[in-house]
Amino acid sequence: MTIAVPSLVTLEAAALAALAAAPDAAGIDDWRAMWLGRQDGRITGLLRSVKDQPAPERASFGGAANLLKGRVEAALAEKLGGMKSAALRELTTTAALDVSLPGRPQTIGRLHPVTQTLRDIIAAFGEMGFRVAEGPEVEWDRYNFDAMRIPADHPARDMWDTIWVDSIIGGKRDMLLRTHTSPNQARVMERQAPPIRVIVPGKCYRQEATDATHEWQLTQVEGLAVDEGVRMSDLKGILYEFARRMFGPDRKIMFHHSYFPFVEPGVEMAIDWPVKQADGSTTYKWVEILGAGMVHPEIIANHGHDPKKYTGFAFGLGVERVALLRWGIEDIRHFYANDLRFLSQF
Amino acid sequence: MMKLSLKWLRELVDVDLPLDEFRTKINDSVAEVEGYERIGGTWDPECVRVAEVIAVEPHPNADRLRLVTVDAGDGPQQVVCGAPNVAAGQKIAFATEGAELIDGHTGKKTALKLRPIRGVDSAGMVLSERELGLSDDHEGILVLPAEAVVGRPLVEELGDVVFELSTWANRADLLGVLGLAREVSALTGKPLREPSRQYTAAGPAVEGLVSVAIEDAELCPRFIAAVIQGVTLGPSPQWLQERLKAHGQRSINNVVDITNYVMIETGQPLHAFDYDLVRGRALIARRAKPGEKITTLDGVERTLDDQMMLVCDAAGPASIAGVMGGGVSEVSERTVNVLLESANWKPGSVRRTSTHLGLRSEASTRFEKGIGPEMAMFAIERALALYEALTGGVVAKGLVDAYPGKPASRTIVFADHDVERVLGITIATDEVRRILTDLGFVCHHLPPDRYSVQPPYWRPDVAIIEDVVEELARIYGYDRLPTTQLRGALPPAEPRPVEDVRERVRDLAVALGFQEVITYSLTEMTLLGRVVEPSDPRRAGPLGVVNPVAARWKYLRTSLRASLLETYAANRHTVEGPLRIFEIGPEFLPVEGDLPHERPVFCALAGGPALNRWGRPGADGLDFFDAKGAAEGILGQLGVRAQYAAATEFGLLDGHTAAIGVGKDRIGVVGQVHPDTAAAFGIDGPVFLVELWVEEVARATPEKPEYAPPSRFPEVRQDLALLVDSATPAGRIAEIANAHRSGGIRIVATIFDEYRGAGLPEGKKSLALALRFQAPGKTLTDEEVLRVRQGLVKRLEKEAGASVRS
Repeated sequence: MTIAVPSLVTLEAAALAALAAAPDAAGIDDWRAMWLGRQDGRITGLLRSVKDQPAPERASFGGAANLLKGRVEAALAEKLGGMKSAALRELTTTAALDVSLPGRPQTIGRLHPVTQTLRDIIAAFGEMGFRVAEGPEVEWDRYNFDAMRIPADHPARDMWDTIWVDSIIGGKRDMLLRTHTSPNQARVMERQAPPIRVIVPGKCYRQEATDATHEWQLTQVEGLAVDEGVRMSDLKGILYEFARRMFGPDRKIMFHHSYFPFVEPGVEMAIDWPVKQADGSTTYKWVEILGAGMVHPEIIANHGHDPKKYTGFAFGLGVERVALLRWGIEDIRHFYANDLRFLSQF
Repeated sequence: MMKLSLKWLRELVDVDLPLDEFRTKINDSVAEVEGYERIGGTWDPECVRVAEVIAVEPHPNADRLRLVTVDAGDGPQQVVCGAPNVAAGQKIAFATEGAELIDGHTGKKTALKLRPIRGVDSAGMVLSERELGLSDDHEGILVLPAEAVVGRPLVEELGDVVFELSTWANRADLLGVLGLAREVSALTGKPLREPSRQYTAAGPAVEGLVSVAIEDAELCPRFIAAVIQGVTLGPSPQWLQERLKAHGQRSINNVVDITNYVMIETGQPLHAFDYDLVRGRALIARRAKPGEKITTLDGVERTLDDQMMLVCDAAGPASIAGVMGGGVSEVSERTVNVLLESANWKPGSVRRTSTHLGLRSEASTRFEKGIGPEMAMFAIERALALYEALTGGVVAKGLVDAYPGKPASRTIVFADHDVERVLGITIATDEVRRILTDLGFVCHHLPPDRYSVQPPYWRPDVAIIEDVVEELARIYGYDRLPTTQLRGALPPAEPRPVEDVRERVRDLAVALGFQEVITYSLTEMTLLGRVVEPSDPRRAGPLGVVNPVAARWKYLRTSLRASLLETYAANRHTVEGPLRIFEIGPEFLPVEGDLPHERPVFCALAGGPALNRWGRPGADGLDFFDAKGAAEGILGQLGVRAQYAAATEFGLLDGHTAAIGVGKDRIGVVGQVHPDTAAAFGIDGPVFLVELWVEEVARATPEKPEYAPPSRFPEVRQDLALLVDSATPAGRIAEIANAHRSGGIRIVATIFDEYRGAGLPEGKKSLALALRFQAPGKTLTDEEVLRVRQGLVKRLEKEAGASVRS
């Protein structure tokens, strides 16, 4: 039997019409099974029937059938492509998101602002080779005061109002909450020989009424460098770099005369702090942020090091004070009130 | 706090710097300037002037008012005045229209506006101290000294700047105007004018009038006595009263005022006795007997001990040395003859006495800082000059000077390289000499590069080379010091395993959504008692402090839980959704005879509703497994393989609490806070706690992760459903599965479902396990997996009574 060429034309028209009518992906799957199915697709059958054609027509019939298949497949590809782009078009138009809706909440906590500031301070000094050491918060009188050249009947004790621990050992009350981190100068020098280059962060306590600028619990960072050839100009250089790292590259620092029994000479350091004026201009004021000086030679000698050979500097820095400044916080009492509406802003 | 009148200072040294520059110089090199007050800063030189009262007549229309004729240098003018003390011949402060004054009644600043008073015009106003802002005195008008110049602006007559200085604990000399003037002189190069110590001493020899004995030369290095006879007790002259007032001292009478005046001027306290009340005409400096009593000038009886020094007369204690006088020989209106004491006391002793008695005085705050004993002589000579000039008394000839404690002269030799060693710079010879000499040091240059210096007697604080270098540095100016960098080798780092783990835990907690808080280390017993097992000897018996800032901060906390629960409760009101907070800090566990063990603990709380897609509180609340998940997250990141076992813990809810362990060691706990405990803190809903003991966690933390290269061969994943007794912990099943090994094949097992209830036999529960079969170096065959799985099932049956659920 011979299938006439016009019937191929009819077949192709019917296939293309059915493809055009397929409404969706499922319709296309049905169409594919009907026309191109491996078993009984009508075009598959057509190609299969090539071998049944009389020999003289077999070649031309085969060619026409293959061309037909090619055209139908191209139409399918075009149809699929059109559907895909229509679907994408829908995603970007009618199915477009309101991207201004909030994201799905993710919970990430925060470090306390004092911890953040402390870490920044540690990092700043760390870059200059300072290692971190720590010491006890409950301390002996002899470390907190005596080793720092502040004997019991010295008026310098007035500089640190002390909270004493209710513990009598050997008839003496000599345990206290450390009033500063300076006892760690002694503790570090006890266990290390020069070169020493450490910072000691930690909490300190003062018997003191609280107000917007005073807290009875506070965090300090003690710095200590002891080596051959440590000079006060080094102290100034280190603190200058610290101030620039912490408060901005164009910060200036100044030293002015001060007194702490454990350093000689003793200074306080101030930085120039920008203050926005009502008219929008900026003025600068000096703000004291730390006390410092050259380690008293007696303290170096008391810990078995030769003060003729070794010199050192020390400084003590209030972490809360730095945090207050850098973030413009008006009241130090926020830090330990732990109101999350405060803490979550940093 | 030391007050410093610029007017007084200017009497001793010229000050011509602008005020702010002067203030900066003092602050940079001498003492901290806390602030200053300008007296008369608002007095307009045109409108507020000195005038003389020419006549006082009654007001025609008012009994209590008077018509006063004054002359302010430009002719007589009539004013209405209500002051009772106005009198002809007085020099007074007079204001004309526009003057800025304080309203005497309201205390507010006002500009003077003149209007007729009871029908009589007034050309101006005669002023009270209150109207001038000098004091609150509005009883009468301010009467100026007779020397006041008529017509002169009042600001020139009375104006002053009073600085408030914070001086140092080792510088008694800075508690005197003279000491400050010396500093100013060194800073500015202006010469110092020491106050006059000239007097004639026309009286009889003092030795016949009084004797002095020192029984303890260590505590009393020097004692000088003088006698002034025939004083006329009365008010001090105006200028002296003003100066005392500027320095915060009340004027009492001329005899007492002179001692205070000289103390403020020189820094050396003096004490005036009524000579005729000093029994036996003798003063003895001795230690008090234990329990000895004295009534001090403030009327309080005080009990002494044998570390305290007394000044006694022949009959008993007359004053507490260096602290406060006694009532027995106090100067009074009847005083005619004065016995004047100028002594030197050991600083530590005065400090101890005043601290133990709770009695701080102007004298004790000076003595305790260390005054050179030579100052006693300087001050008494200065005082005698004033007594002669101001009291009409006659000074007895000579002084009784007991001086057993004369200090050896101090010589400090230093070289340029010492200055460089400390400061990093050298200072030119001329400058070294100038600075030290201006400060009163004797300074000899020993060429080429050394100096021999003797500190002045008023500077006992200067003892070593570094002290001298500081003198140089502060006057030379720290702004001239360069910035350099440390040289030399970096020391090795001390290992800090516990602190390292502590900081990692802190970061992990933040990553898991916890907000860090920092609470106080001190707490109160009632709070601590809610979270601490009463039978735990270390935690239930915390260390207390003697002088807490407030009663709620009396004990060093032995647990962080109470302050965390307090913080949680306080924030619960403002946070709608889940609340996750943590703190890392020490528990202070008492140790007999030693400092407490400061045990670092991570303590976290979580609770409240979880957030829905919109970030709103959803229907589900955080539960035990949120808390446990946090613990697992932290420990997992650290590489700690922990087990969780049901546990009973004080303050936590049984059946909802797990001990966290590694091997035999406990490293923490996770559980629901007992509802009763939570309620005690004012927390309604369930709240869950994680506590990790940082030292123990650090010990369980591997130094480095157990590394194995990723396998190139795929693992096989299968699920396994088991039926086990309800009481069998799922963790036990997972543990067995994870420990199972067979022919080099291992299993990683995780529990992914638990079911109890309908369809299961009584007393059983179903567990679903996800199994991953892994073999290094080969692809697993189906047969191998089946063999290992069957082996595992058999083992689970044997060891945990589990059966496969079909």
